[in-house]
Parts: sequence; C-alpha cells; structure tokens
Amino acid sequence: MSVLLLAEITNGALSLDQTAKAVTAVQALGDITILCAGNACSDAAAMAATLAGVSKVLCADDILYGNDLAEPVAALVVALADSFSHIVAPATASAKNILPRVSALLDVMVISDVTEVVDPETFDRPIYAGNAIQRIKSLDTQKVLTVRTAGFSAAAQTSSAPIENLAVAQDPGLSTWIEDKVQQSDRPELTSAKIVVSGGRGVGSLEHFKIIEALADKLDAAVGASRAAVDSGYAPNDWQVGQTGKVVAPELYIAAGISGAIQHLAGMKDSKIIVAINKDEDAPIFQVADYGLVADLFDVVPALTEAV
Amino acid sequence: MRVLVPVKRVIDYNVKVRVKSDGSGVDLSNVKMSMNPFDEIAVEEAIRLKEAGKVTEIVVVSIGVKQAQETLRTALAMGADRAILIEASADVHNDIEPLSVAKLLAKIVAQENPDLVLCGKQAIDNDMNATGQMLSALLGWSQATFASEVALEDGAAVVTREVDGGLQKIKVKLPAIVSVDLRLNEPRYATLPSIMKAKKKPLTIQTPEELGVEITPRHELISTSEPPQRSAGVIVKDVNELIAKLKDEAGVI
Repeated sequence: MSVLLLAEITNGALSLDQTAKAVTAVQALGDITILCAGNACSDAAAMAATLAGVSKVLCADDILYGNDLAEPVAALVVALADSFSHIVAPATASAKNILPRVSALLDVMVISDVTEVVDPETFDRPIYAGNAIQRIKSLDTQKVLTVRTAGFSAAAQTSSAPIENLAVAQDPGLSTWIEDKVQQSDRPELTSAKIVVSGGRGVGSLEHFKIIEALADKLDAAVGASRAAVDSGYAPNDWQVGQTGKVVAPELYIAAGISGAIQHLAGMKDSKIIVAINKDEDAPIFQVADYGLVADLFDVVPALTEAV
Repeated sequence: MRVLVPVKRVIDYNVKVRVKSDGSGVDLSNVKMSMNPFDEIAVEEAIRLKEAGKVTEIVVVSIGVKQAQETLRTALAMGADRAILIEASADVHNDIEPLSVAKLLAKIVAQENPDLVLCGKQAIDNDMNATGQMLSALLGWSQATFASEVALEDGAAVVTREVDGGLQKIKVKLPAIVSVDLRLNEPRYATLPSIMKAKKKPLTIQTPEELGVEITPRHELISTSEPPQRSAGVIVKDVNELIAKLKDEAGVI
C-alpha cells in the first residue's frame, strides 16, 4: 500500500499544519509520497520533505498550478494515481474542490472529511452536520479521501525525504484565475491556532466584534464566528466555525455570545478546553463548556482582555 | 440559454436528527423533508439569471424516491420551468451516492444540453460535497465551486468563490458546473398562486435503468452512531475565577 498526499499550498507556501496533520492521519496506510503542486513551490517541497513518515516528495512547480484551479491539478493527480492505493488531502476548501474531481476521473467514490482511519478500507466521517458519525467501508480498489485534520497531531519535522521534480501536465484550458481577495492578518490561522476567540449573534454588530478581536489579540488567538454572526454580517465568512465553516480543535476555545447550535458545536467540540460566555444560562453552549460564565459579554470580554 | 439545477430532498434543516438505535442510519420515517438549502440557493440563482434575461429555460432534476416530486414542485413554484425525476430508490433511507448521481446527471445533461449546471455545494444529509465536481469531471467541463457571486458573460461565467482565507475570482468557459455557497443569495418563498401554477408545469419521470446507469454503492455502511458527547463543566462566578481556572486548573493561558 502507498499513499499520495496532496499538500496544502497557498501562493507557493506550504500550509505546514494542515499537511503535517494529514500525514499523521494516514501514517498507517503505507509509504507516503507528498505531491506539492504550486507556483514557485520548491521551498514548500523542501519543507514537506522534513515531515516524519514521508518517503518522497514530488514537486510540480508551475504557474499552471499556482491558483489551485481544479482542472489542471486534478489532471496532474490522476496522471500520478496509478502507483498509489490511497489518494489523500487535508479537507481544505482547495482539496474539496479538487479531490472529488480526481475521484470521478478514477471512477471511485470519494470519502470526504475523514475523522478516523479505522483500517485501509474503513473510515469514520461525520454526516448531518456532525449529528451522526458514519463508519463506511470503501469497496473501490483505490481510495480517494479528504481528512479533517483538527483531531490529529502534526507529524514532526525530523525527516529528509528525497524531492523529485515533475514535468508539467497539459493545461486543459477550461478556467482562468482572475484575482484573490485574501484577508491580510497578523493573527494565527484559525485552523491551527492554539487559542480561538469566537463571537456569535449576541455580539450584535460588526463594530462590537472589535471587543472579540481585542481579546483575541491579547491572547495571540485567532478570531472565529458562529454562522449566525456571519449571516448577520458581523464577521467575514472565512471566520465561520462550524459544519459549513472551519473545524477547529485548539487548546482553548472561548465562545462569547454564541448559543451553541449543533452546526457550531460540530466545528469546535474537539477543543481541549471550552469557555462559554453567555447571558442566557439555558444556552446549549454551556452543556459542552468546561467553564461557563453566565454574564453579559459586553462586561466580561473587555474585563477579560484587561486582566489576562 | 438553458440551465439545469439538480435538487435533493433531504431532512428539513430544522429537524433534530435521530440516530437509529440499531446503528443502521438516521431515522427518516415521518420526519419533515425539504429541499436541500444549498440547492434552493441554486434554484434562486437560476431564476434571477432568467429574470435578468440571461437564461431562457430552467430545468430542475432530482434523483431519489418518488416523493422527491414534492421537492421538484417546490422548485417549479419558485420559478423553474420543468422538472425531471429520476426514480432511483423506493426507500427514503437509501441515499444514492454522489458518483452515481453525477453519472445520472451526465445522462440528463446529454439529453437536455444545458449551458450551465447550477448545484448546491453539498447536501446537508451526507455532507459529501462532491456531486458538482464529479459531474464536471465526467463531462470534461470546467468547474467553479463554492460560488458567492455569479456573472454570465459571452461564453463564460465569472465566479467569485469562497475559499480558505477569503475569496477567489475565476472565469470558467461555458458549458460549466457552478456549485453555490450560502451567501450567494436568499431564496424566495413560493407564493400560493405560483404553487397552484406549478402543478401544471411538466414533470417527467425516468429511471437509472432507462438511462443505462449502474448505481451500486461503492461505500458499504458499517454503522451510524451518535457523536461522542462532551459533559458540562463548571459555572464560574466572575472573570477572576475564570482566569484562575484557565491558568491553574487547565493551564491553557
């Protein structure tokens, strides 16, 4: 058995956390070859080669792969697929765009958002927004899966696997990139931050979200939001924590003004410590919180920012 | 220009999901079923494109049990022109896998020749997030997933996509598959007169056998279980106690 793992690369840089956690998740499935596809991604390939358990890194460095367009990257993966039993990627927006395409091209049913690799054919994954966990056995000869990385620890950087440069596959010429509008931020990335401070509908407005951000900055934390807060326009969509947003599992998760809809819980319930701040003592968030504070977030969050 | 919109009948998003005690799945008997919310957004977008004069006909298609006709009627009441049901199962608990759905849709695409397929990014039951990408692969078409803005140009669609960290704008050649995300639009409610009118709109029924598509599942369900529960902790009285707990007991700050 052997694994081809599509590394998460953004603008040529490796997302070390996502990729290293995906490596851990599939460690038991055999020899791991990492594929780095991107523009000017040789540094990313060098970093991927340090991950423990990786036997080889393939580097496809070309502008064609620079913007994660599904068609060329999927064509590249399919061209390499023959020698691998498992094709894997961390369950990011980029991989969720690419791997189902790969899967259909190989006539294989994709397995999305794997939370546990039970054996080489059997996998656990959440369904119904995390309200149920399905254990499925794949009957396909090749398996194509995305891994929800939040529950895995990152592989150590102790290795030095050989790197092989790949020739570029043909450009299918179906889509062209126009622009990226990426939020520039000095804060840690939401999915890999040690601390996440999230606000919900209770925050009440875009302006008031500043108090959530202030606490996050004091704690060197990432900022998250519930879907209610995002839908109300208080926070950008890429801050959304939940089944339809990001799945996080930090050391400390502080939920302020979040009632705790199942949709949201699905995205943060694997956090080590959960703190809930809500003035409604019946809010479901208190049922999963290690520490609850029944209080007005507008009193408590600034006080917390002051005191930590 | 013709647009094809696949819609799925799923458990209503307000219904609390119950895992069956024998682990065979989620209980769907006698629960409220609705159109998958992401598909509703796709139908709405198609209607808006038609209202803007960019689209001439909207065909909706559903794959599943015969009750999915209700879902198709909802789409017709919203403003779709005609509907196709592919009756692929007699049991509501039998979920047709995205790969099979994509193969069936590819046949419908061959019949209907749409210029654009607008679909939801994922169904809220199996959460697989795959059908659009798979259909695109099978047809060799371009794909733009997780759309929060769609603009049609001459022979192309310019799509703004929700990606990790922000937005990406791409241009895809038509014909194309566009899968839609939550923020694209807010779907309309069907009015009573339009619901009445929808009853007269054409709805045809086909089967996977007629279309020559094999839908044997590739995933064997071993079990369905409740997610692990977290237990409630303690209620602290103020900020100072909270900080003390986080520092001394949990050691996380």
